[in-house]
Parts: sequence; structure tokens; C-alpha cells
Amino acid sequence: MDFNLSIEQQILRESVRGFAENEIKPVAADLDKNEEFSYDTMRKMATFGLFGMFVSEKYGGQAMDYLSYIIATEEIARVDGSHAATVAAENSLGIGPIYYFGSEEQKHKFLPSLCRGDALWGFGLTEPNAGSDAGSARTHAVLDGDEWVINGGKIFITNASTDISAGVTVLCRTGTLADGRPELSCILLETGTIGYTSNVMHDKMMWRGSNTSELVFEDCRVPKANLLGVRGQGFQQMMQTLDGGRLSIAAMGLGGAQGCFDLALGYSKQREQFGRPIAQFQVNAFKLADMALEIECARLLLYKACWLRDNKMPFSKQAAMAKLNCSEVMYRCANHAVQLHGGYGLMKDYDVERFYRDQKLLEIGEGTSEVQRMVIARHIGAL
Amino acid sequence: MKILVTVKRVPDPESSIKVNPEGTGIVESGLKWVVNPFDEIAIEEALRIKEAQGDVEVVVVSVGVSESQEQLRTGLAMGADRAILVKADRPDTAAVAKILVKLVEKEQPTLVILGKQAIDDDSNEVGQMLAHLLGWPQATFISKLTFAGDKASVECIREVDGGMETIAFALPAIITADLRLNEPRYASLPGIMKARKKPMEEIDAASLGVDLTPRVRIKKMAPPPARTAGRKVESVDELINALQTEAKVM
Repeated sequence: MDFNLSIEQQILRESVRGFAENEIKPVAADLDKNEEFSYDTMRKMATFGLFGMFVSEKYGGQAMDYLSYIIATEEIARVDGSHAATVAAENSLGIGPIYYFGSEEQKHKFLPSLCRGDALWGFGLTEPNAGSDAGSARTHAVLDGDEWVINGGKIFITNASTDISAGVTVLCRTGTLADGRPELSCILLETGTIGYTSNVMHDKMMWRGSNTSELVFEDCRVPKANLLGVRGQGFQQMMQTLDGGRLSIAAMGLGGAQGCFDLALGYSKQREQFGRPIAQFQVNAFKLADMALEIECARLLLYKACWLRDNKMPFSKQAAMAKLNCSEVMYRCANHAVQLHGGYGLMKDYDVERFYRDQKLLEIGEGTSEVQRMVIARHIGAL
Repeated sequence: MKILVTVKRVPDPESSIKVNPEGTGIVESGLKWVVNPFDEIAIEEALRIKEAQGDVEVVVVSVGVSESQEQLRTGLAMGADRAILVKADRPDTAAVAKILVKLVEKEQPTLVILGKQAIDDDSNEVGQMLAHLLGWPQATFISKLTFAGDKASVECIREVDGGMETIAFALPAIITADLRLNEPRYASLPGIMKARKKPMEEIDAASLGVDLTPRVRIKKMAPPPARTAGRKVESVDELINALQTEAKVM
């Protein structure tokens, strides 16, 4: 076994950490408070190369392995969940499906600007009445001559209603199979299509510096050639995309947990009560020890899942395990971190307050914790 | 034009440093290692010159253990063109300067930029020794570097006690970078991937024919004494008395 990261991965971690500390951390609290998506940090992240990390150079990507992408996401999440969300959603969900399932023409058309970070792309799976039961999507597309006509709507779509959002991959019903089940396909829908509206969703509890959208499709006509991959493969494409996406949500949990731990350790060593730093009280030292232990375990599982993926081995079970575990580890770390901060941890002046809120999404987005347990249970043959 | 930039592998300044039980050095296992922060500034300055002038090759060089290639890779990822690692076991400053003389003779750079000192031993000697051995002009602790129109000379602003000193001299020359010279960039992700394909030459210090015998011997290393708790005084008179008779600062 070899647990060493490559030189490139080590340099990457250091460099992303420096970038996150200096460019994102200073503005994260204000963006959260104002519920604002920052085009300034978006541009900086793009120039730095955080989009298209695992995409081949042929389409403008960085051609890094998946573990490198996960390390980068982890380091962004260590300082701010919202920015990590923009990065993770864009790479895994925006760029991923086009890169993995798109035609050469589609890849050359869309990927370069997405990899440059000049544009963002959404992933339209969830609907108001199709969450965990994603297969029950009602949005439908009918072929009319050389065009698909899409009607329906999507909700909670990241990166789909910014000024630079170029479009969205939409999961649609495109027919009915012989056994009565719906035929589901993915279609690429570009911003500017008549009948397509994307609205920013406000008043979120978490990820307030990221862009979340509600999409409406009213007789949207898109070229037949915008079908992604094979007709009828939409659900499988979405599920495969989520396998990879879960690793990036796990990275957000791991990075967020690390951020909570770093803040909690720093504060506990400096805050004095009863004449000594509170870290020196066993009740607190043990909390910190538990956090360190859980983070170490979470990192091992997540990196193993990435290693499986990078080595072209099945990783779906481990991806679900890592997503479930990392998000729950961050839940416990955020809880301890706020507890160690006492009253100050309840105030927005302290970053742990934001981490505590941002954490909650990780147990819900890209498959709830319940769905992850379902996926794992199926893999082990229990369900 | 060619610019040679030195890079030293040093412990992360944010890590906690412990002296080993024998008192001969620091505990190195488990330490995180980084590019000496002043060397990062030196690399950044070379890259800015390259970006401003175009036809410039930036060569990063390190003298030390094999693992120093991690720090050289960081320099390449920031944008340097190629790297040279001279493998040597704990050379002292004089040995490093003599090794660098050999590299300068081989590479013929117009400018050598070093960090003003390494944050591990804080010797602040290599740049000065190198300038002396080569007989080149030098500007240490610089906070600004400007090329003359013909690019045959430079003007430097040095940070000296009590102010700034401006000096100008002909190239080739030795420059050592101070904190305010620039703010180093991060290695971008495309930069990190490009660095994998850039050449890194490895040279054994013994093959250079220089005398590596250490001139400096570390007799003992000890941590600074732990700070003792302060004392509260009852009155101003008692404070003044303590400052005069005990602290002897008044």
C-alpha cells in the first residue's frame, strides 16, 4: 500500500489552500450574509484553473486525476461551503455529463468555455415533486420534426441562473417503454431559448454565496442534436454522474469538517476559562480528539473511493459510503466546533456559525443520507 | 536573458519546531516542508521579468536532499522553465555558494535572484558569498527592481535600517529579495500540470569539484527559554524601581 500523494497532488493542496485562505476566506462571510454570488471570486477561481479539472486538455481541461479534483474541492470547502459548491457542482454536474456522454461536436461546442470558467452549466434532475424518487420526473420532451419541445420545470439547480449560466442538462421523459415505465433522456438546453426561464432562489439557510435556481420550460424548442448520448439512457447517465458527484459532496464534508476542526482547535487553545485554555479540559480535548479521528477515517474512505475510480474499478458503493460518512462527520464536527466556541459560535462574526448551517445541505443534496443508505444496502445485497 | 533563482526546502513556518534530544538539530520526522518564503518572492520576481520582457528563461536551482525536487516542482508549477537539483548532504552556506558558482559558470545567467535568507537557519550569507566569489555587483534586501532601457543595468531599492537606499549597477549581478518586493502567485492548476513535463536536471555535488568541507559546525541547538509568568506590581514607584534595579532598562 502507498498512502503518499504525488508531488503534483501535494503542490495542488498547498496552492489551493493558499488561494482559498487569501482569496475566498476574507469575503465568504459577507457573501453569505448578503446572499450574493460573487463574479469576482468566480473569475479568480476560473483563472486559477478550478473548472474542468478532470477534463482532457483537448477540450480545455487540466487533465488531472479525480483525486486531485477532490483534494481541490476539499481545500475550498475548508474555508467556505458556497464556493466549494460552485466548484463541485460545475465540475461534477455541469461539465461531467457533457464530457462523459456528449458527442464530439457537443464537447467542442460547450466544454472550452465551461473549462475556462467563462460560463456555467446546470444539471436539471430534481423537480418539485421528484426528489429522492428522481425517476418520477414529469418534465417531458416531444420530438417535433428536427426539434425537441420541452415542457416542465426543475428546482434546486446549482449554477443555472447566474449572469454567465450558458444552459442546463435537463432530464426529460421522451416516451413510454413497452413495460409502461417512462423513457428518460437528457437534453442540453441553452440559455436564451424561447420559453426557458431560470429564477434565482432566495432565502436559503446554507450555501448562500452559491447560485441556486428554479427553472421553467414552456414549449422550449431545442435542436434534435442536443440530445445527450443515447435516447432512453438519461436516468443511467444521471445516476453515473451522481456517483462521481457524491465524491465531490464527500470532499465538501471532509473539507468542511477539517475547517471546523481547525477553527475549534485554534479557538480552544486560545480561549481561557477557569485560568487555563479550554482545550486543556479533558471534556474539550476529547471532543477535539474525536474530531481528528473521524476526519482521518473519513479522508481514508474518500481517497480510497477516488483511488478506485482513478484505477477504473467499481466505486459506486464506496462513493455512497464516503458521501454519507463525510457529510455526517462534518455534522458532528460542526456541532462540536460551535459547542467549543460557546456563545461566540452562535454569532455570524465567527466562521463556525456558517459551517454549522452549510453542513446541513450535505446530508440532503445529491442523494439524501437515506438514499445513500439505500444505495449501500443494495450493493451489499440487503435490499 | 537567463535568470537563475535559488530555492531552498525549509520546514513550514507554521509548524511547531522541536529540538531533538541530542541538541544537534531539529526533529525532522513528520514536518511539513515548503519553499523558503523569500525564495518564492525571488521566483515571482523572475517570472514578472519574464512576463515583461518576453525572451527570458527562468531556471530554478536547489542544493540539498533529493526531496527538494518537490520545492523545485513548485517553482516550475509557478512558471519557471526548468530546474536543477544539486544533491548535497547538509552543505553549509559557503559550500552552497561555491556550488552556485559552478552553476553560474555553466549556465551563464544575466541575473541570479535569491531570497534574502532562508527561514530555517536565517544565515543570510549565500547571496553575499556568491557575489564575492564571482566578483559580481550585488543588491541585498531589495524591495524594487527596475531595468534600464538597454537592459544592461538595473536600479534597485534596498531596505536598509532607517530608510531606503537606491543603487544602480551593470549586469550580470546578484539580487536578494526582501519581503516587500512582490506578492508571490499561487501555482495554478494548469501550471501544476505543465510542470510535470518540464525538465529537471540532477547533479551530484561531488561531481562539481568544489571543496564541500563544512566551515561551520553546530555545537549545540537549544529552544529559546520558555516565557515565565509576569508579576503584578502594587504601585508606579515599585514598577520604576523594578525596571531600574531588576530589568536594568532604565
